[in-house]
Amino acid sequence: MTSVVIVDDHAMFRTGVRAELGDQVELVGEADDVDSAVAAIVAHQPDVVLLDVHLPGGGGVEVMRRTAATAPKTQFLALSVSDAAEDVIGTIRGGARGYVTKTITGPELINAIARVASGDAVFSPRLAGFVLDAFAGTVDVAAVDEDLDRLSQREREVMRLIARGYSYREVAGELFISVKTVETHMSAVLRKLQLSSRHELTRWASDRRLL
Amino acid sequence: MTIDRVTSPRYSPPASIGAEPRRATRSTSDSLVGGVAAGLATHLGLPVRWVRLGFVASGVFGALGLVLYAALWIVLPAEDQFAVSTPGAESAQRQGRVGTQERAGISETGFVVAFASIVIGLALLIGVMTGTSASMWPIALLTLAAGIVWRQADQAQRERWLDTTGGVGPVKALVGSGGWASYARLLMGLSLLVVAIVMYAAGGAQLSLAREVAVATVLAVLGVGLMLGPWLIRLSSDLTAERAERIRVQERADVAAHLHDSVLQTLALIQRSADDPTSVARLARSQERDLRTWLYAGLPADKSDLASALHDVVASVEDDFDIAVELVVVGAPAFSDALVAATREALINAAKHSGAPSVDVYAEANDEGTAVFVRDRGRGFDQDAVAADRRGVSHSIIDRMARHGGRAEVISSDAGTEVRLYLPKEDS
Repeated sequence: MTSVVIVDDHAMFRTGVRAELGDQVELVGEADDVDSAVAAIVAHQPDVVLLDVHLPGGGGVEVMRRTAATAPKTQFLALSVSDAAEDVIGTIRGGARGYVTKTITGPELINAIARVASGDAVFSPRLAGFVLDAFAGTVDVAAVDEDLDRLSQREREVMRLIARGYSYREVAGELFISVKTVETHMSAVLRKLQLSSRHELTRWASDRRLL
Repeated sequence: MTIDRVTSPRYSPPASIGAEPRRATRSTSDSLVGGVAAGLATHLGLPVRWVRLGFVASGVFGALGLVLYAALWIVLPAEDQFAVSTPGAESAQRQGRVGTQERAGISETGFVVAFASIVIGLALLIGVMTGTSASMWPIALLTLAAGIVWRQADQAQRERWLDTTGGVGPVKALVGSGGWASYARLLMGLSLLVVAIVMYAAGGAQLSLAREVAVATVLAVLGVGLMLGPWLIRLSSDLTAERAERIRVQERADVAAHLHDSVLQTLALIQRSADDPTSVARLARSQERDLRTWLYAGLPADKSDLASALHDVVASVEDDFDIAVELVVVGAPAFSDALVAATREALINAAKHSGAPSVDVYAEANDEGTAVFVRDRGRGFDQDAVAADRRGVSHSIIDRMARHGGRAEVISSDAGTEVRLYLPKEDS
């Protein structure tokens, strides 16, 4: 069973998530600020951390930075009320494997945890929209494999369907590809989002305060 | 003295006894000259007419009343510094959504007449007492000049309390927000001052002496200005610092006001309708949307772009129906009436008929034009089975898009419905 640590400074929200997760995952710890989060993650070495973006003591990005060496197998799923582009993109670039908003339903959250635990990416429709905006521009087909600053045509199509509210399975059906291929595309997009060095990406995120 | 203080109409009891000491203020709403008499009347619980009469009487028989009045004018703070209305109203005033309250009774003519009669009376009195009429006019002019400059500075101070933009220069401290009237008054006061001095000197001497006195006066005024200059500058920088602090306080008050107007009201409504989950969810959604817009202030106010128009559509559908809508917009799609109307129709259909708890709306601008997708995971429907008189889908969506040069597809199965709207770029 997937072991999970919840990091959020609102006790009420932690309680709610705990109730929703039920016995679907193994809840090994909770934390309410950066220091206690780092301690809990290092102590329990969980599969997945549900991480709030805004935390006392430095935020979710700081937690990921400080546990990168001490808990290398742990994956992070950001869970936040904030839709602000700089929060979303900043957290993904800080190392999170996914970003979902706190209005997510229980089954969807359990599904997302399972996906992140198996190394896949989890994109909310809004995150997919941000990605499409951030990587706007034409694709040079010859350079696709190497260029971190661009999305391939296929990756763009996958992102568009995710932004339209499609599930992975529905994306696969729509594009006549396997779910595994969809997951591969998603991971590639996530990698580009995290590794792309282009300045526009970060500037875009802070300039545009989208919905 | 048998005045009942509590029932006197001008007396307002302190809001919370013991919390704050009562203090006298100058009235800014009921003033003939400086509002001293009205303020004092309020403070002492006396009819304002008595106080005014008292000042005039003691002013005529010896100058005590005048001196007292002048001293109180300087010492007493204006009452509107302490006026407190609701945070919401104050916030709205600061942001210019609501006009400031009109101040009744500050009439320039009333002030001039009152002051002039006091001055002339005083001058006549001095003339009668000293038996000469020569010194009368210089004194009258001098007093009038002082009064005008004084009054002007007072007005400027009042405006400064209301003004929250920019710094306060030494000139601004005297003339307030300007206007030719302010400068004219100031100039008039100063020239009266000079004329008065010159006349006094000319009264008993030749014209050449008068000219020398005039030059000396101007030099003296310049000298005083040089001496007071640094002090005025320091005063103005103090005022600027104070204003910055006040702006911070006001910003905090704006946040409080917004929370009060929106969040607290919604929370109260939620508590009252706690047994109705549908309306609780609707209230919470609507409040969340409102708060997000306010916090991130990301939406341009004009309706010329599709994103804000769709945002409005989503808001109204969420308010009217029990459904959550996730809106994602990519790029900057151009506004189109047809797209907005068709999206609204598709959303309403989903809300009414699909039975799904949420809908996704995705809009994007691409090389071909604009595309909007409205997708739900509801029960779906069979287009052919919809009765001919229920023409919502075919008329409002498909035909509308066709009329505007676009097209629409409706894909529906038991896994949900997706309405796809395409509008090609206009050739321009």
